[in-house]
Amino acid sequence: MASLSLLLATFLASAVEAVEAFTIVLAVGVTRGWRSTLWGVAAASLALAVVVAVLGPAVTSIPIQWLRIVVGGLLLVFGLQWLRKAILRASGYKPLHDEEAAFEEERAAAGAVGRTGSGLDPYAFTVAFKGVLLEGLEVAFIVVTFGANHGNIPLAAAGAVAAVAVVLIAGVVVRAPLAAVPENTMKFAVGLLLTTFGTFWATEGAGASWPGGDAALLGLLAMYTVVSLLLVRLLARGRGAAVAA
Amino acid sequence: MRGLGRFLYDFVVGDDPLVAVLVVAAIAAAWLLDRAGVEAWWVVPAAVIAALALSLRRAARTS
Repeated sequence: MASLSLLLATFLASAVEAVEAFTIVLAVGVTRGWRSTLWGVAAASLALAVVVAVLGPAVTSIPIQWLRIVVGGLLLVFGLQWLRKAILRASGYKPLHDEEAAFEEERAAAGAVGRTGSGLDPYAFTVAFKGVLLEGLEVAFIVVTFGANHGNIPLAAAGAVAAVAVVLIAGVVVRAPLAAVPENTMKFAVGLLLTTFGTFWATEGAGASWPGGDAALLGLLAMYTVVSLLLVRLLARGRGAAVAA
Repeated sequence: MRGLGRFLYDFVVGDDPLVAVLVVAAIAAAWLLDRAGVEAWWVVPAAVIAALALSLRRAARTS
């Protein structure tokens, strides 16, 4: 159950971020050319691999109780950020993420900047590098924290790599922004999983024992799902009343 | 250095520091209760729900 959740969380988080990074890369590549764009992608991928390779062993060398309390706490704060934004989106307080709009915006920005010579295009390289690095850092954080607490960083990394591969294949086939991917629902699910595991590990790190052991994870996930859906309903109703008034 | 600090703060804490403060306080409270021999597994989940509801209420009011 825990291994499956680990794979699911890293796969979903990575897929969502990969879709966003793919939109940026596609817009820049189509507008500015692929050579410099792909160099930017390669450099960012290398930087992310170094981050995971350095942070992974550093985090796993922390004693288990401190690892759970510190990393569980960080994961919980981070997961609550995702969940909070997902609830605000679902209730209409924040606009839903729209890949086609993001693509058009990125393409317009890339087209507005002049070119310098026939060598490496600094704009294409930098935007692709920054896009992949920033989206990828969230995934790297989830892979390292989830993997370390679960004692299996390679499994967490495998989930993330599989998601990137799926998104890449879909992107190459479709040759357009992956607007049909239910990104907002996936972000909701990732927020719930991160919050559930963050709560579980931080509480264990504080020394407390869960009634039912690992089975408490299911109870936590169900409780957070129900509460989050209830909050979406309450907020949406409040927003509807405010708009009508 | 300041830029890196700002980036890390935005990355982990995000839009509402209240959530982070409540989570840290809840973990500390769970640790203290456990040391005192009191069941403490419920503290963090209760704080998470309270933090989420409070933070969303603040966000809804300001938007």
